[in-house]
Amino acid sequence: MRRVLSILMENESGALSRVAGLFSARSYNIESLTVAPTEDPTLSRMTVVTAGDDTVIEQITKQVHKLIEVFKVSDITEGRHVERELMLVKVRAEGDEREEMKRLADIFRASIVGVSTKTFIIQVTGDRKKLNAFLAACAGNIVETARTGVCGMSRVSEDK
Amino acid sequence: METTGAEIIIRSLQEEKVEYIFGYPGGAVLFIYDELFKQKKIKHVLTRHEQGASHAADGYARSSGKIGVCLVTSGPGLTNAVTGIATAYMDSIPMVIISGQVPSHAIGLDAFQEADAVGITRSCTKYNVLVKRVEDIAPTIRKAFHIASTGRPGPVLVDIPKDLTAQKTTYSYPKGALKIRSYNPSSAGHRGQVSRAIKLIKGAKRLMVYSGGGVILGNAATEFTRFVKKLKCPVTNTLMGLGAYPATDKQFLGMPGMHGTYETNMAMQHCDVLVAVGARFDDRVIGDPAHFSQVARQIVHVDVDPSSISKRVKVDVPIVGEVTQVLKSLNEGIAGNMPSTKDMDAWWEQITKWQNKNCLRYKTKPGVVKPQQVIEALHKVTGGDAFVTSDVGQHQMWAAQYYKFNKPRRWINSGGLGTMGFGLPAAVGVQLAHPGAAVACVTGEASIMMCIQELSTCKQYRLPVKIINLNNRYMGMVRQWQEFFHGNRYSESYMDALPDFVKLAESYGHSGVRVERPEDVEPALREVFARKDELVFMDFVTDQTENVYPMVAAGKGLSEMVLAEDL
Repeated sequence: MRRVLSILMENESGALSRVAGLFSARSYNIESLTVAPTEDPTLSRMTVVTAGDDTVIEQITKQVHKLIEVFKVSDITEGRHVERELMLVKVRAEGDEREEMKRLADIFRASIVGVSTKTFIIQVTGDRKKLNAFLAACAGNIVETARTGVCGMSRVSEDK
Repeated sequence: METTGAEIIIRSLQEEKVEYIFGYPGGAVLFIYDELFKQKKIKHVLTRHEQGASHAADGYARSSGKIGVCLVTSGPGLTNAVTGIATAYMDSIPMVIISGQVPSHAIGLDAFQEADAVGITRSCTKYNVLVKRVEDIAPTIRKAFHIASTGRPGPVLVDIPKDLTAQKTTYSYPKGALKIRSYNPSSAGHRGQVSRAIKLIKGAKRLMVYSGGGVILGNAATEFTRFVKKLKCPVTNTLMGLGAYPATDKQFLGMPGMHGTYETNMAMQHCDVLVAVGARFDDRVIGDPAHFSQVARQIVHVDVDPSSISKRVKVDVPIVGEVTQVLKSLNEGIAGNMPSTKDMDAWWEQITKWQNKNCLRYKTKPGVVKPQQVIEALHKVTGGDAFVTSDVGQHQMWAAQYYKFNKPRRWINSGGLGTMGFGLPAAVGVQLAHPGAAVACVTGEASIMMCIQELSTCKQYRLPVKIINLNNRYMGMVRQWQEFFHGNRYSESYMDALPDFVKLAESYGHSGVRVERPEDVEPALREVFARKDELVFMDFVTDQTENVYPMVAAGKGLSEMVLAEDL
């Protein structure tokens, strides 16, 4: 089962590799990982998407929590939550394709953030489904993609 | 007044009341060694290999309950120490390792003797850190000692670049209790869970208590013994927990698991309530978790580390907290005569039947020294009061089975990682922590060769360790598995070209004794242990074919024990 873990930790060098290292050392899979400082610059929030049954997730959560720098680990998939990803897609856009690509971007409420004579770079944000749908829609024109991992937040205020 | 980083390190260690540092000098730590030279409070012990240093610090910590400290240089110094660090990590031993690092400006440039110490030790330390500023040295050392010794203990590595040890700053050591905002190990157990546990214990018909290394590390042996005596139930200590409950007491059934006793494993499997204290349901203890879980029993698990709970076996009542505190609350909650005497009598009747198998019986052969006999004699001669370190293999299991440990911290062995080469350097640390005490290193000819150079350390510091080498001219445990599971194909388990251990010991300036006849075993031990001032290497030429019984094969259930052929 897919799970989104939100980890609040000290913003210190090495802290990220400690969490990532824990996953690989215990052979847990990381599907995606994002990390950045929070409103408190001494703290970082990391969102890890992983998979496992309840027992595995319980172990992962406990092991991550055991790391000295980690304050709090929560499985936000347990309740209502918001998930967002950002994706940049470079698409071929020549002749008629230019207009079509622009329309497609509008439909997905995406924006064109880079233009060259033969390509557009389109920025799309949303949950994974939406991003995948966009990729499917412009499949024939894709030159290159870059995706951030999932960034998530619980709808319930529990952190503070 | 400003002081150098090197002096700050030494003064910080003095603040932590460090008595011994086990280490080996090298380029990156020369300023620190220079400071060591200038003071008298901390004694440095020079081992002959950094693995020896980390095992010695470990042995010191296990036997004394204090924090073991080790100092190594960058690169190969650190990588050599890693086996000892990993050993300590697996068994939750409080240790602080200070490693030198190449100068800050050279880090990341593949400098001479550079290794990514923090990266390499990430998965085998409780915490590790590269110090970046000279001002951070003192607070980091304070933090290291705090983390190493609190909660579930473990090794902490502090990596210090060489240039910092020469730089100067004002020295001040953080005073008072240390607070780390993201690190708050729980101490007292949850009240609700404690009362649930008491209720379960009260209602038990076939109660069994199982303890591990956590009871010893948490200095909870007295409280634990009180708990078990109160319940009048059978008890077992894992390999790491030996000595937590007196082995000669009637309630003690022997060790559980792969080479545990028949009665213990049957009781573990047939009890209706199992109380686990400071033990982590290791695969060597419970065998196949599926088999273990199928049995209808309720499990109460007390452990300071929440991640140990329900890791391998689902637990019904988890209690996270320091074992001494939790045991105190449990003891308070349990009044006399519980569970019901009638049920307990029936349970003990069943256990006595299992005990009657006498599963540790072994056949003697005329003219052949049996390894079990050596350990039994060792127990007799030392009155069961010696500190016994061991290496890993058959000799380790025989020592665990036949030396009846009645006190905690007497049995020093690498339980979790199973590190060959551990015994002799660990004995160095034990003997320094307990000068005058009898220290026996039970080993085998294959294990002792892995860190044999520490005989030289023993000579330098006049450590009268007694080495009990159970020499069967085979990597015994490997041979045993090859017999059981690989059709007697003794692939590389035979040790050809063994040294003459008596002469080897003599060449290091010690004495050596070879014992080849069963009737000489006890007198030889008696004579050797009377020589209190010298190291004696006792080379026991033992039965080459003897195996460790009983045995639960890896992946089998505890009820599927194999007993010795004649049982």
